[in-house]
Amino acid sequence: MDMQVNFGGLFLKNPVMTASGTFGFGLEFAPYGDLTRLGGFVAKGLSLKPREGNPMPRIAETPCGMLNAIGIQNPGVEYFVTKALPYLPWREVAVIANLYACDAEEFGELAGVLAGEEGVAALEVNVSCPNVKEGGVAFGQDPAQIARVTEAVKKKAGNKHVMVKLSPNVTDIAVCARAAAEGGADSLSLINTLSGMAVDIRSRRPRIANVIAGLSGPAVKPVALRCVHQAVRAVDIPVVGIGGIASAEDALEFILVGAQAVQVGTANFLRPDFAFGLADEMEALLSEIGAASLDEFRGSLQLPL
Amino acid sequence: MSLRNCRSVKVLKVSPVGQSKTAGEFFELTLERPDWDGWKPGQFVMIRPSSWELDMLWGRPFSLSSGDDDSVTLFIQAVGRGTRRIAELSPGDAVTMWGPLGNSFAVEPDVPTLLLAGGIGIAPFRGYVEQHPRPENLSLFLAHRLPLDCYPYDLLSRTVDCRCMIEAEPSDLDCIIDTLRGLIEDNAKRGGLTLCCGPTPFMRTVQRFAREYGARAQVSLENRMACGVGACLGCVTRDGEGHHVQVCTRGPVFWADKVEL
Ligand SMILES: Cc1cc2nc3c(=O)[nH]c(=O)nc-3n(C[C@H](O)[C@H](O)[C@H](O)COP(=O)(O)OP(=O)(O)OC[C@H]3O[C@@H](n4cnc5c(N)ncnc54)[C@H](O)[C@@H]3O)c2cc1C
Ligand SMILES: Cc1cc2nc3c(=O)[nH]c(=O)nc-3n(C[C@H](O)[C@H](O)[C@H](O)COP(=O)(O)O)c2cc1C
Ligand code: FES
Repeated sequence: MDMQVNFGGLFLKNPVMTASGTFGFGLEFAPYGDLTRLGGFVAKGLSLKPREGNPMPRIAETPCGMLNAIGIQNPGVEYFVTKALPYLPWREVAVIANLYACDAEEFGELAGVLAGEEGVAALEVNVSCPNVKEGGVAFGQDPAQIARVTEAVKKKAGNKHVMVKLSPNVTDIAVCARAAAEGGADSLSLINTLSGMAVDIRSRRPRIANVIAGLSGPAVKPVALRCVHQAVRAVDIPVVGIGGIASAEDALEFILVGAQAVQVGTANFLRPDFAFGLADEMEALLSEIGAASLDEFRGSLQLPL
Repeated sequence: MSLRNCRSVKVLKVSPVGQSKTAGEFFELTLERPDWDGWKPGQFVMIRPSSWELDMLWGRPFSLSSGDDDSVTLFIQAVGRGTRRIAELSPGDAVTMWGPLGNSFAVEPDVPTLLLAGGIGIAPFRGYVEQHPRPENLSLFLAHRLPLDCYPYDLLSRTVDCRCMIEAEPSDLDCIIDTLRGLIEDNAKRGGLTLCCGPTPFMRTVQRFAREYGARAQVSLENRMACGVGACLGCVTRDGEGHHVQVCTRGPVFWADKVEL
């Protein structure tokens, strides 16, 4: 079965990518499988300058999920370009850079650094940073800001594919999806983590130093599916599904709802070779349920009239 | 560098350690050994029983404690949800295991080497003693809270010079601290190597004395981990320069003067 996907100039040999922040710069997983078996992978979020991230503890396990408040710890975009990218098999697999900045100009600057990098197949824009300049509202919650950031990245990205990653922590995901599309996004990816919290009644302390953290894993899948369903109907650009995927069946649920491709995040922690075999399992499952092809199956959800 | 991999392996044996009422809290888990080249004491594995399904997502990190060509043995204390369910495994159950992970303790065969273990921190030292080329240069001190038979102390005392102290009363702590001070000072004077694994307050004490006496000391950290491979950045600690570094790949063993505890 043909598992290739090709959208907005981004070619993936299969619909499985790994999600930013859960797969390092890719090299961490090389001992556990052949990176080129993936459709693509999204590198850990990059900022212009290195960031140390948040204090410990930063992670907590929750029922069927986890909380994280890593705080985009990363060695900066220059490090990625010079120290990681040259060692990645980017001719055989799509390497996607995930961008993090605190205002539109900075986002544009980051995109400019990566625009000329042959090894980068696409830029994924993480719009969930609280916008300090505009008084503490997260970018991802303000449609006007989403559009501005997208435009700024698009302007500097050369001919690179720009994917905008949306936050589920909004009242109306369709409005945010439209804002990104109007800003010129080539595709959308969703969801990022849900805002959450965990506390300990014995120590009477939050389980995460930052108090509030991002929830991910199987626990968020119903929310993610709903968001993808709404986004697919709101815009004409392709949508990539993310959130709680831990099996081929989960991945195909997102495709059924209309996603072009998927990203696997927290499930990479179940075992480090998890993502490598997922596309093959999806292919086998499609045959088993009698789907003619991935394209035929995509978006074929039967809604009640 | 030995090759790492991730495999489903079978449980060979689960054996409780200790005769006391705490039996079941401490146990040895013996697993089939995948096709590894080998492992070094201080390294660890992540394990995740298949039976967890999606209840608990992360594997759990454990030091490699002992092993031969066909198996590896972990020495585990049941402290929470995951370790209690690991204690309930039976021979034949499937467990996903990835490793060997992280770096290892320094081995300087001809140098007097002092092993300082706090409770379950004795786990990696069993392998250290087993694999050390000149065990006559080793001595071990164990500080523990629960009955001594909960730990593989007897096994070790057959090979190396061993001492232990129980912390049953708060006042015992002062004696333990004094003993640590004396041991570290003496070993530093002899140009020895000091290796430590145990709870954070125990390691902090060792770190303080190591600084005071200029002892060459290593500590092994037990931060909470999700991936074990350096990707999630959930396990970080601050290094000597104040940068966040991953304990799972840059450690778990650090020189005591190059890490913030
Ligand atoms: C490199 C490394 C080597 C280790 N080697 C061993 C070993 O050989 N034997 C052994 O018994 N344990 C070892 N540990 C600790 C072991 O990983 C934890 O005890 C285990 O993950 C707890 O899981 P749980 O689900 O039972 O606990 P949870 O339900 O998650 O927590 C229960 C309690 O355990 C404490 N806890 C949780 N995680 C850790 C941790 N990483 N370290 C210390 N306390 C923790 C929590 O604070 C809480 O009080 C090691 C940890 C690391 C990082
Ligand atoms: C430890 C961790 C770190 C993450 N870091 C980033 C990041 O740097 N940039 C980003 O856009 N998303 C980040 N995410 C969000 C994931 O990419 C993904 O959107 C989210 O976890 C939902 O997918 P999942 O349920 O499959 O994990 C992170 C998630 C986790 C668990
Ligand atoms: S446990 Fe994920 S980086 Fe160390």
